[in-house]
Amino acid sequence: MRSLANKGSRFGDTAFLTLLTVLGLVVVGLGVLMAWTLGKEAADPLSRFGLFGFLTGTKWDPVSGVFGAWPVILGTLITSSAALLLSFLPAIGLAILSAEYAPRWLATGIDYVVDLLAAIPSVVLGIWGILVLAPALRDNVYRPIYLWATENAPGQAAWLGNPTGYGLITATLVLALMIVPYTTALARDAIRLVPSEQREAAWGLGATRWEVLRVAVLPYARGGITAGAVLSFGRALGETIAVAMLIGNSVRLPLTLFGPASTMPSIIVNEFREAVDNLHLNSLLAVGFFLFIISLIVNLAAAWVQRRLVPGNEGS
Amino acid sequence: MLGLIILASLVVLVPLLIVIWYVVSQGVSALNGDFFTKDLGGPTRAQFGQPTGMAQAIAGTFFIDLTALLMAVPVGVGAGLMLAEYKEHPLNPLLRVMNDTLNGMPAILKGLLIFTLVVRPTGTFSGFAGALALGVVMLPIIARATEGALSLVPWSIREAGLALGLPRWRVILAAVLPVARPGLVTGVLIAFARAAGEAAPLLLTSLGNNFLPRDPWNPLEYLTKAADTLPQRLYALAVSPYKQWHAMGWAAGIVLLALVIVVFFVGRLLTRKAH
Repeated sequence: MRSLANKGSRFGDTAFLTLLTVLGLVVVGLGVLMAWTLGKEAADPLSRFGLFGFLTGTKWDPVSGVFGAWPVILGTLITSSAALLLSFLPAIGLAILSAEYAPRWLATGIDYVVDLLAAIPSVVLGIWGILVLAPALRDNVYRPIYLWATENAPGQAAWLGNPTGYGLITATLVLALMIVPYTTALARDAIRLVPSEQREAAWGLGATRWEVLRVAVLPYARGGITAGAVLSFGRALGETIAVAMLIGNSVRLPLTLFGPASTMPSIIVNEFREAVDNLHLNSLLAVGFFLFIISLIVNLAAAWVQRRLVPGNEGS
Repeated sequence: MLGLIILASLVVLVPLLIVIWYVVSQGVSALNGDFFTKDLGGPTRAQFGQPTGMAQAIAGTFFIDLTALLMAVPVGVGAGLMLAEYKEHPLNPLLRVMNDTLNGMPAILKGLLIFTLVVRPTGTFSGFAGALALGVVMLPIIARATEGALSLVPWSIREAGLALGLPRWRVILAAVLPVARPGLVTGVLIAFARAAGEAAPLLLTSLGNNFLPRDPWNPLEYLTKAADTLPQRLYALAVSPYKQWHAMGWAAGIVLLALVIVVFFVGRLLTRKAH
C-alpha cells in the first residue's frame, strides 16, 4: 500500500501512526502505572507484616497499628460468590426467555429494559438499599428470626448476629440485583450466537422445545455463559458504593449471618478519609493492590474460559 | 419449564423496577426550583426549611465530567484506531491486553491510582483529579467501542480510498471514521453514562463540597479545588442522618437516572439510524 503513496503523504502516515502509538502507549502506561503505584505503596505494610501475614491476618486495628486483610478479603469473596449464586439462575432464565422463547417485540423490550437496568448507577441502588430495603428486612425478617432464635434456640443467636439490617445478607441481595442485568446480557449474547443449524438438527430429531434448548443450545453456549458469569463475579468484587452503604462496615471476620462486615472496596472508601497515618493509608492501598490482583485473575480467567469453551475457538 | 423461566424473569425485573419507582416517587417532592439554583450548605438549612439545593453538585458534575470526556475521547479513539486499523502493529497485542485489563478493573482502583499520582503529591483534593479518575474510567470503554465500530466498516471502503492514491491516514480520517461515526458516538455516550454514575473514584479524588464557588460559572473554581458531583453527593446525603437530606438524595437519584436514560436512548437512536 505504501508504495503508491508519494513522499509527502508518507510523512503524514508516519506522523499519524506515531500519534496513535503515543495514544496507545498512554493506555498501556496507565495499566502498568496502576499495578506499579499500588504495588509500591503496598510495599510498606507488606514488609512490616509480611505478605502472608498481611493476607491472613485477622486483625485490622488502626489504633494499635496492626493490619491484616483477611476479614475484608473473606467479606469480598463471600458477598460476591453469594451474589453470583443468587443471580445466576434468574439471569439465565431471563436470557433464555429473551433469546429463545419471546416473540420479537417482547425480546426487544426485554433487551431494552435489561440494558437500561445495567446502566443504573450503583449509588441509586444504594440509596434504595439503605433507606428502604435494609429497614424493611430488619423489621420483617432479621429481627423476627433473631427474636425467635433467642427464645427458642439460644445457642443459635451467636452466629445469626446483630440484626441491624446492615450486613452481609442485605449487601449480597443488592449486589445480586446489580449484576443480574450484566450476567443476563452476556448469557443472552452467547445464546444468540448459537448457529441455527444446531437447533434445526435437534428439531429434526423430533426434540421438544425444552430438549432443543438442553441438548443443542445450552451446551453450545456454555462457554459464553460461563465467561459471562465469571465477568459478573469480577464486577461484584469491585462494586464499591452500594456495598459500602449496606454492609455495615465492621472489620471483623464475617462469621455471622445478619451482622456487619466489610469488603475490600468498601473498606477503602470508608476509612480513606480517616487514614491520617501513613501505615494505615498504605495498608488501604495494599488492599487496593490485592483487589487489583484478584480482578486481574478473574478477568484473565474469563478470557481463558471464553477461549477454551467456545466451540470453533479452541485453536486460537 | 416456560413458567419457571418467566418466574425467573419476574424475579429479576420486578425489584429493579421497584427501585426506579421508589426513586421517582420519593424524590419528586424535593425537585423544585431551588434544587437547581441554590447550593446545599449545612444540614441546618434543610432542617429549617431555608432554600437549599444541589446547584454545586450539578455544576461540578457538568465541568468535571466534561473535562474527563475531553481527555478520554482523543486517547480512547486513538487507541481504538490503533487496534482496528493497524492490526499488524507490534504494540497491539500488549495494547489489547492492557485495555481489557483497565476495563475490568473496579472504578475505585482508578480513584486510588489518581489519588497516589495526583492528590497525594499535590496535597489537595481537586475537581481536576476527579476528572482524571473519571477519564480513566471512560478510556477503555471508548477504545473498545471505537475498535468495534471501526471493524464494522467494510474493507472495500478502505480499498477504494487507497486505490485513489490517498495515503492511509487520509483514508482513515476521511473515509473510515465518518462511516463509523454513529457507533463511535454511541460508545462515547456509554462511557459517559458509566462515568457519570460513578461515586467511588470521586470520593478519593474530588472529595466533595457543600458550597458553590464564589464565581459559579468559572470551571477553574471546580477543577482546582475540592468539588462536588451528583453521585458522590448522593452517597453523602444517603448516609447522613437527616430526613430532609434523604429527600434531596432521592431527588439527586432522579436527576442521575434521567441523565443515564437520556444518554441511553440517544445512543440507541443513533445506532438504529445507522442501520
